[in-house]
Amino acid sequence: MATATIAGHEVSINEEGFLTEYDEWNEEIATELAANIGVEMTDDHWALIKWLRQDFQDKGETATTRRVQNAGGFPTKQQFQLFPKKPAKKMAYIAGLPKPHGCV
Amino acid sequence: MTIIPDFGDDESTDRKLAIICSKGNLDMAYPALVLGNAALGEGVETHLFFTFWGFDMIINSRMDNLKFSPAGNTSMHLPMKDREIRIPQAVMPLPGMTTMATKRLQDSLDELDIPPVREFLDQIVAAGGQLWGCRMSADMNKVDMDDLYEGVIDIINASDFIEMTDGAQLLFI
Repeated sequence: MATATIAGHEVSINEEGFLTEYDEWNEEIATELAANIGVEMTDDHWALIKWLRQDFQDKGETATTRRVQNAGGFPTKQQFQLFPKKPAKKMAYIAGLPKPHGCV
Repeated sequence: MTIIPDFGDDESTDRKLAIICSKGNLDMAYPALVLGNAALGEGVETHLFFTFWGFDMIINSRMDNLKFSPAGNTSMHLPMKDREIRIPQAVMPLPGMTTMATKRLQDSLDELDIPPVREFLDQIVAAGGQLWGCRMSADMNKVDMDDLYEGVIDIINASDFIEMTDGAQLLFI
């Protein structure tokens, strides 16, 4: 497993650059990950990312965009506004979680 | 070393997908819905074009009540884990079989948290998907925009569709 230094922290990453250890994540890291892909974090971004991490802890898997809307209360439209084009993967990347594996 | 995932943001050639939905059976509605939704989630411009029996997917009075018929479907098996028992085709046209098969399919979809057709279309529209009705089907069914699901942008003819999908990848379902 490769490691990388992100925002001054050494973290484990996979071949695509996604964090692989839930507990290695923090907000500084997330801010830098977001900047890497052109996303500037606002309160709305944080609310969603924090919900996603909490949900992962509860459910053991990354929520799909549908679940982020239905269980998290963040409408699909808003997800696309905050994380343009590929919301599910971008949210997971910034939250330090694996890509969602569900189809819907 | 930092690796940054490629989310395709810099690509100049925009991928475009057009899905033609020509079937009104419940089981045949889902391939288009699932793939269309997935394409949108990948940043692909996505158009859904509803034609012939597929028109039932966007007619307000029909879309919440699509059916799945097991008749003619040789992939119907009894729900047993370790044994492969096909249900004979001869029993498929019996009264109640379609209702039962529809109920079972709906239960399996619910179990996986796959939304019903209308809710799925809501999600697709919210994700930027574009829905189009077929002119000829509208005329044949004697319906206009007032009868259609609110997310449908317009009823267009075949030439419009061909023009609109210039350069798109096409999927006929």
